[in-house]
Amino acid sequence: MRKATMAPRDMYGKTIVELGKKNEKIFAMSADLAAATKLTEFSETLPGQYLNPGIAEQNMVGIAAGLARTGMIPFISTFCCFAPGRTYDQIRQSICYNHLNVKIVSTHPGLAIGMDGAVHQALEDIALIRTIPEIVVVAPSDEVATKKAIEWAADYDGAVYVRVGRKECDIHFQEDWEWELGKSYTLKDGNDVTLIAHGSMVPYMMKAAEELEQEGISARVIDMPFIKPMDTEALVKAAKETKGIVVAEDHSIYGGLYSAVSEQLSMLAPCKILPVAVQDTFGESAKPDELYEKYGLSVANILKQVKSL
Amino acid sequence: MTENKNQNLKELANDLRVLSVETQNLIGSGHLGGSYSAAELFVYLYHEEMNISQENVKDPNRDYFILSKGHASLGYYSVLAQKGFFPREEMKTYRQLNSRLQGHTEIDTVPGIESSTGSLGQGFSYAIGLAMGLKKQNLSGTVYVMLGDGECQEGQIWEAIMLQSHLKLDNLVPILDNNRIQLDNFTEAVMGDVKWNSILSSFGYDVREFDGHDFEAIEGAFANRPADQPVFLLANTVKGKGVSFMEDVVAWHSKKCDATEFVQAMEELKGGVQHA
Repeated sequence: MRKATMAPRDMYGKTIVELGKKNEKIFAMSADLAAATKLTEFSETLPGQYLNPGIAEQNMVGIAAGLARTGMIPFISTFCCFAPGRTYDQIRQSICYNHLNVKIVSTHPGLAIGMDGAVHQALEDIALIRTIPEIVVVAPSDEVATKKAIEWAADYDGAVYVRVGRKECDIHFQEDWEWELGKSYTLKDGNDVTLIAHGSMVPYMMKAAEELEQEGISARVIDMPFIKPMDTEALVKAAKETKGIVVAEDHSIYGGLYSAVSEQLSMLAPCKILPVAVQDTFGESAKPDELYEKYGLSVANILKQVKSL
Repeated sequence: MTENKNQNLKELANDLRVLSVETQNLIGSGHLGGSYSAAELFVYLYHEEMNISQENVKDPNRDYFILSKGHASLGYYSVLAQKGFFPREEMKTYRQLNSRLQGHTEIDTVPGIESSTGSLGQGFSYAIGLAMGLKKQNLSGTVYVMLGDGECQEGQIWEAIMLQSHLKLDNLVPILDNNRIQLDNFTEAVMGDVKWNSILSSFGYDVREFDGHDFEAIEGAFANRPADQPVFLLANTVKGKGVSFMEDVVAWHSKKCDATEFVQAMEELKGGVQHA
């Protein structure tokens, strides 16, 4: 484990500038959230490849689709509560039903956004976006994974939703790992239980695994950035080789990675699967760590669920 | 416009109406009202105005058309069939299982369909993206987007209007099929008497208001677009135009002809009866 050098969203801002310099077809937009989604440097370095379409997310999504139809590679950014939240229908019809090559890079997912409160705390975005046919859904964890996800998305021909974290995330992803569509990454091997997470919950899983190790429980930890399509091979292996699975995410218990893992394994290799996720409720204003503690996104809760397997 | 040309275009519009009502009668589904209000606009765009044909349908310099009021697919498919983008005979498969002629158009299922539409309010934004993409890549095409007046109740349309005006995107031509009726009622009853001309003018558009069923007027509206100022074509139309009992009647947004109505509609259309 290494300490974070920057937040995942900062890495997005850095990576997109490098990509935009190499490829003039890359065109970025942020609906008046360039500073928050880290596109300010891009807008200043490559002004001919950038537009602030105003506080008009639905228009931005449609424009991105039209740009892609002419062969451009649009990257659009806003908060997860607005894309897919506010723009579900535009993403569904204008991007996905048109089979277009648009990258939606949304920041500020989950309770981790903290003090702005429930309105901005998207706990439903994965549930919404993954039901739309064709779109790939990715939630990288640390800055290394984020860089790889963005570079991969730029090369991939098709719609991609990337859920990028706002706060720093300890680094567990290896620089030399190759980012592949639908692949998961085993951060730690283990044979007793399996811990699966995406995004900001990955370091919590690693901490929980360390504590379990001291108790003589061998935990496998899987970073699963691809929520659609999923690495079903790794899931089946975990179901068969370990006693059960705990899935952790800064998202509602409904419709996120926990649901997606359960859907797959109920068909392929039924086993006990327990969630560490936000119950059926809205969040509130507070510091991110306080919210994680209050709403059960904690090492203690992971350990509790492991014991219940 | 020569009398010959005008007559030819009128016959094409009549043919579009016939093909639309025959298809609706055969399959028992489809929207005639908004297809008929836009019939002359469809015909003028595809047969006169746009640089689009079977030969150049993938040419990066082609013109683009987006039917934002996507429920008028019956009329849209009819004009595409006239242009030979797919066999006219295939209209019989419209809205049927395994057909490429979907209830609301799906992109690329038929050559020339540039976008899936039907959820109202989205086509204008898409057209802005097309127009920007063409400019960024120094491509010469023009983008045409057709909106319904009822559709303009969607907020996204106003996001697009503000932006096109601000960017002065002059390679995008919005066309408003102002037929004054939406699904449930007259637009005036639902949303008041909207002063389109003055509102759009105040956004900075060169607004061209004309009779959307008069080919000479349509030709004049499309001609001589200025550089650096977008035009807005405000076509005053009649919903259900061309069949007496459909004209200006709310129900004909999506109503199906019964056997008697179908016979009467065909008689009127084939007889070329002109109505006010």
